[in-house]
Amino acid sequence: MNALSVRGLTKTYKNGVQALKGVDLEVERGDFFALLGPNGAGKTTLIGIVTSLVNKSGGEASVFGYDIDRDLEAAKACIGVVPQEINFNMFETPHTIVVNQAGFYGIARSVARQRAEKYLKQLQLWDKRDKMSRGLSGGMKRRLMIARALMHEPRLLILDEPTAGVDIEIRRSMWEFVREINARGTTIILTTHYLEEAETLCRNIAIIDDGRIVERDRMSSLLRRLHTETFVLNLRNSLSAAPKLDGYISMLVDDHTLEVEVSKDQNLNDIFSRLTTLGIEVLSMRNKVNRLEEIFMRLVEGRGAAGETRAPARPELRGAEVAVAPAVRRHGGQTT
Amino acid sequence: MSSVAQQALVPPINLGVVRWIGFQTIVIREYSRIIRIWGQTIVPSAVTAILYFVIFGSLIGRRIGAMGGFEYLQYIAPGLIMMAVITNSYSNVVSSFFGAKFGKHVEEMLVSPLPSWVIVAGYAAGGVVRGLLVGFSVTVVSLVFTHLHVHHVVVIVAAVLLTSITFALGGFLNAVFAKNFDQVSWIPTFVLTPLTYLGGVFYSVTLLPGWAQTLSYANPILHMVNAFRFGFLGVSDVNLGVAFALMIAAALVLFTTAVVLMERGTGIRE
Repeated sequence: MNALSVRGLTKTYKNGVQALKGVDLEVERGDFFALLGPNGAGKTTLIGIVTSLVNKSGGEASVFGYDIDRDLEAAKACIGVVPQEINFNMFETPHTIVVNQAGFYGIARSVARQRAEKYLKQLQLWDKRDKMSRGLSGGMKRRLMIARALMHEPRLLILDEPTAGVDIEIRRSMWEFVREINARGTTIILTTHYLEEAETLCRNIAIIDDGRIVERDRMSSLLRRLHTETFVLNLRNSLSAAPKLDGYISMLVDDHTLEVEVSKDQNLNDIFSRLTTLGIEVLSMRNKVNRLEEIFMRLVEGRGAAGETRAPARPELRGAEVAVAPAVRRHGGQTT
Repeated sequence: MSSVAQQALVPPINLGVVRWIGFQTIVIREYSRIIRIWGQTIVPSAVTAILYFVIFGSLIGRRIGAMGGFEYLQYIAPGLIMMAVITNSYSNVVSSFFGAKFGKHVEEMLVSPLPSWVIVAGYAAGGVVRGLLVGFSVTVVSLVFTHLHVHHVVVIVAAVLLTSITFALGGFLNAVFAKNFDQVSWIPTFVLTPLTYLGGVFYSVTLLPGWAQTLSYANPILHMVNAFRFGFLGVSDVNLGVAFALMIAAALVLFTTAVVLMERGTGIRE
């Protein structure tokens, strides 16, 4: 039994834009699933069709076995959705919003009030329960939408960019929260621009681009496909030129920072040993970019390079997590 | 069964319970909204009614004399109540549903298992609630200025409910098609108000020349106001059977249209 099954899903908007070009996707029950793709790739359209906010042009979809064409009400009862944009009534209080949402799913008000207390407390909104929602901070508004989506205790929770614009501390507490929700058996589908988030949380992943699924794999399998990683080394003493490291691509970023690209068949011990021989002391080291991001960029940009007309992926990525320079990363190094 | 629909392991939900609680929730939400902004929803119609009674009762009414065999204030009181019911039922739904579209919180209902007809019925019921609340407040105002005889209570209740439902559904349709706040006010300003003023609220159509009488009978509000007036005074310019048939037909047609538009996603789904 899959939480979500999609076959040949297509969507063409009135303006002629083909947002989905035959999407096939299965998400297993209990999974924590990442759906990634650049803006305009079709993620939100796909979610919109499953949640009936967008009319599909063709194809089929079912949620826990309920076909959205024949058993739409039953299918929707299984889903909780946290949309990308804030979509609650700003003139209502958080308590009213979540209690009413439960009512739309047939939850009696007495039960809804108990759940409202539970979820508003868990998401640290209880003390704001009677304030006008428009006065909440951005992070609180995001958390309110999560609380609202959980009120009917859905079997499938769809999080469409749940941490966009949320500071890192709150984002990490939200990660912990959704992990617990998943551990209790709720299937979660996550779309995010923060690739670190997907890599940290999700077990399976699909990458959608230009209306098609271009990759579908276990997260661990996908990451294993990454052949090279770039490490940034902070050096104690200044250098005027990159040291000679045979077999490695390295580049001196500034006089105290060295970047070294390491392939799967090479190892860091060898690099440290050579640097030690050259009298170069390394103070600290970090991955230059997130590994999933590396794969994402290759998949998405690879398709662009293959001659397909599409918007570039880079401008749509945001945040420090994705602040990368693929050209430098791949080719800008000095071969020694 | 489609290729993706497997045998559902999840126990089916009780759709009857979901629909009933969902309907109640929409009505409660609408009621809360009406009460929360009572200064915009309840008070204006009562104040307007006071002005009408003062002007037409104390100042002009005495010079007009009797109408339809009744003191002028007594004659216009049912019409004024009905006018408030019509405008408030309509404006409640058009502003609330358009606001939900504009603020995107209509999505809260669209992603839920509530079918379109429950959403339409819930909003219509919200409009009826406001229409009745305002109608009651105008009735209270009327009692300060004149006395209201009840000729037939069933006719009064049926006429006010059907009228309120009809205009609440009209407001819903307006909200479905409206793309901005200007379009929310077009119909009330340029259609509803003229039809109401020309719908026999302040006069009997028997005073009009023949062609104007014939034209007036095409105005549905004339039938609604007169049916309601009959419930109080026992006099009417229209046939009661025709009036009720018209109201029932209008409510059914508008309800069906609203549900079909919701199913299609007109104005709310891409």
